[in-house]
Amino acid sequence: MVTVEFLGPIGKEPMNLDVRSLQELKEQLHKDPALTQWLANSSVAINDELVNDMNTLLNDGDKVVLLPPVCGG
Amino acid sequence: MLELFEGRVPVEKTLEKWYQANKERNYGAFVSFVGTIRDEEGIEGLSFDIYEPVLRSWFESWQEKARKDNAIFYMAHSKGDVLLHESSYVAGIFSPKRRVGLEMLDAFVEDFKANAPIWKYDLKNGQRIYAADRSTPMEGAGLLK
Repeated sequence: MVTVEFLGPIGKEPMNLDVRSLQELKEQLHKDPALTQWLANSSVAINDELVNDMNTLLNDGDKVVLLPPVCGG
Repeated sequence: MLELFEGRVPVEKTLEKWYQANKERNYGAFVSFVGTIRDEEGIEGLSFDIYEPVLRSWFESWQEKARKDNAIFYMAHSKGDVLLHESSYVAGIFSPKRRVGLEMLDAFVEDFKANAPIWKYDLKNGQRIYAADRSTPMEGAGLLK
């Protein structure tokens, strides 16, 4: 099971999903129409490391976070 | 050193602390930046969410760069609400000579705007409104689109 957290303005409660890869995660998240706009512009971190590779595998207990567009300062 | 505050950053105390900790360490320059909330667009203030684990990694990567030039970064940022004319962001660098400090702080603040995991909201009419039009997707955004 993988935990998915939605940061900042996404405003969605964390989810637990049975997925083994980012590709499977993408398919699951696209089932929620409210997430479509955020999936297009959010970065992804696995266990607090930003990732850029869709082939990244997910392990049981991993924490995935979605980071929408930022503006500090 | 990275410090986070609930509400405004205490600017004077923060700069004084950084200065006192480094004034006898043979740095030739201390360059600082203070960001202050302006009265514009009818806002009552700004509010911030921060994702601390990734912010700390981001900051540490800049600290590594600074170490190579024998410099050191400091940063303080607010969480939650910050009102008009208060400050939400203070950054500084101590460096052996001024040029390294001036250039690195400029690059640091620009990258901070683009890649630090902080979300800004306008406080307006008692509401907290995401500043979508001023926000920038981070590196690697859209991986799951």
